[in-house]
Amino acid sequence: MYRYDTYDQTLVDERVTQFRDQMERYMAGRLGEDEFRPLRLQNGLYIQKHAPMLRIAIPYGMLSSRQLRALATITRRYDRGYGHFSTRQNLQLNWPKLEDVPDILAELAQVQMHAIQTSGNCIRNTTSDQFAGIAGDEVEDPRPWCELIRQWSTLHPEFAYLPRKFKIAVTGANADRAAIQVHDIGLRLWRNAQGELRVKVLAGGGMGRTPMIGDVVREDLPWQHLLTYLEACVRVYNQFGRRDNKFKARIKILVKALGTEEYRRRVEEEWAHLKDGPQTLTDSAVEAARSHFPEPERRSVDDRAITQFSRLIDESRAFGRFVTNNVTDHKVPGYKAVTLSLKRREHAPGDVTADQMDAIADLADTYSFGEIRVTHEQNVVLSDVPVDQLEALWRALDDLGMANPTVGTLNDIICCPGGDYCSLANAVAIPVAQAIQERFEDLDFLYDLGPLDLNISGCMNACGHHHVGHIGILGVDKKGEEYYQVSLGGNSTDDASLGKILGPSFYREDVPSVIDKVLQVYVEQRQDDEIFLDTYRRIGIKPFKERVYA
Amino acid sequence: MPDSQLEKARTLIKLGQPEEDTWSLSRIEDEMPSSRPVIIPLALWMEQPLDEALAPWLPSDTELTGELARILAKAPLVAIDFPAFTDGRGYTLARLLRERYGYQGEIRAVGDVLVDQLFYMSRCGFDALALRDDQRLDDALRALGAFSVSYQPAVDVDEPLFARRLKQA
Repeated sequence: MYRYDTYDQTLVDERVTQFRDQMERYMAGRLGEDEFRPLRLQNGLYIQKHAPMLRIAIPYGMLSSRQLRALATITRRYDRGYGHFSTRQNLQLNWPKLEDVPDILAELAQVQMHAIQTSGNCIRNTTSDQFAGIAGDEVEDPRPWCELIRQWSTLHPEFAYLPRKFKIAVTGANADRAAIQVHDIGLRLWRNAQGELRVKVLAGGGMGRTPMIGDVVREDLPWQHLLTYLEACVRVYNQFGRRDNKFKARIKILVKALGTEEYRRRVEEEWAHLKDGPQTLTDSAVEAARSHFPEPERRSVDDRAITQFSRLIDESRAFGRFVTNNVTDHKVPGYKAVTLSLKRREHAPGDVTADQMDAIADLADTYSFGEIRVTHEQNVVLSDVPVDQLEALWRALDDLGMANPTVGTLNDIICCPGGDYCSLANAVAIPVAQAIQERFEDLDFLYDLGPLDLNISGCMNACGHHHVGHIGILGVDKKGEEYYQVSLGGNSTDDASLGKILGPSFYREDVPSVIDKVLQVYVEQRQDDEIFLDTYRRIGIKPFKERVYA
Repeated sequence: MPDSQLEKARTLIKLGQPEEDTWSLSRIEDEMPSSRPVIIPLALWMEQPLDEALAPWLPSDTELTGELARILAKAPLVAIDFPAFTDGRGYTLARLLRERYGYQGEIRAVGDVLVDQLFYMSRCGFDALALRDDQRLDDALRALGAFSVSYQPAVDVDEPLFARRLKQA
């Protein structure tokens, strides 16, 4: 994975010094609340309900075991011994002390980490496919490109005060696992008939209050122009995006207001000046970025081991379940990627304790070249496990409570911290997730339902991605009371769609039975192997509505 | 027009050094102040762009076309207004004026200009920073030098870091 050189290290060290200075001026009253806000936000620091919250960047989801151990130490020293993996491949601390934050940032810098631009009206942490570099359907490893974008966007002098936040996601695979269609800019790396690398650029997607699917701005951008084109896209947004109303300030509103044609025209006009400029990428620049992501030194796994692995799956039902749900094929025969589930009733989805972090770091060292990936579904991936080690890893995970064989099922809920932590939330989210997990914990039932994304957000800011859940749940506030709105038919992958609201909202205690009724309709109406989303798309919302509101 | 309606920067940093401000600034759209030299609203300045004791300030929503840039080329200085420090349009305006249109004179940040913006401003081509009255010079000078490294090319650096790294390799 990417390792800092002295430039990167100097920059994060100087950032710590800068923030320490800003914090001192704030404490001394020389920096007002309003003026400090964007500065602290661009260092990931929120003032939350009970305590500050610090959001630490995990660029495109990649972590080393050393970094994860450092995070464990930080959560013990400065927090309450746990952290929360968010839907944007970040780690959030819920209980740091305000005055400790410069020290926390200094400790992060020691392991080549930071919290730069994890919040605020700037270009945020670039996210990507958790199976980058190992997926069989990959055309191009997106990580070197993400790193080039990370560097371009970090402390970009022109784009620190955009109208609103700006999120970029990149995929290099045939199947989109990075939800690029619901980002401010989504990038898909692909190859044309001549085998040349091209970038498809989408703009204007996003969730939040007014969810939208991104439009194609440029189908076939030659890779050399990626950074200059991005600069043109963001510059047009910086100049023309609305600043009078924060709810209408995202790029999606600009693209909608201008029309994709006009937005594209302005971008192309701007780009004509930037094209072939100093930020044009060269073969050697991209090779240098790629050299940070070499293939790990995998050993050969012989056929006997692969046969033995297949036999174990047949022999042990529990192991078989784990493999079916939590193990993903690898581009190299004999290797697999393993998803560690951070979803179980005792913990909020995405929460991980310091002890678990240490344990995951150890497992990564033993089984997967010391690297860990964080997913936008709030789980953790070990990407390079030889099949003859899988059973041992599974047993170790089971002991740690992270072998829940439910990845991709109804139980694998995406959920924001909600009203328990977040001051923006209208309603709690975690207890709703836990009630649903409790109601539907029978594995055979979960497997029978098949792939099902259930996403919960505590407010319309949509951190829990409810718009793109096959089933989405949104906490709403009506005259000071918490209610929950259910939507159906959202999807974040290639044929992305936004969920449709089922009808009037529900009390919290009724949510599990509402979900139950929705599932009943699916089970009754599905044809053959049809998954929930496809049944919904075939029969529409009406049968679900009739059952739930009967 | 009484001088009391004119603004004058208490702290002006030019090319990284504090400097006495000789210019006043007027925000009144339809009245020419008597004081000289003076920075006036763009529309008012356009009426007599050849007077060397007059300079324009650009609102942040100015659409900087090639035609406007050609006229601005004659101005002894061009000020860009920050109506609120969170309004980031001025950064783009300064870069376009400096990089695209090759303006050689002073580009001055005026309005809600705070210590913690100065580093970015100087990278975008502002060489004069008229700080808001309550900002301290020592804080400002420290903030200007906050970073010794930048990834992107801008007015201060010709090449992105990735290109400079390759040359060193």
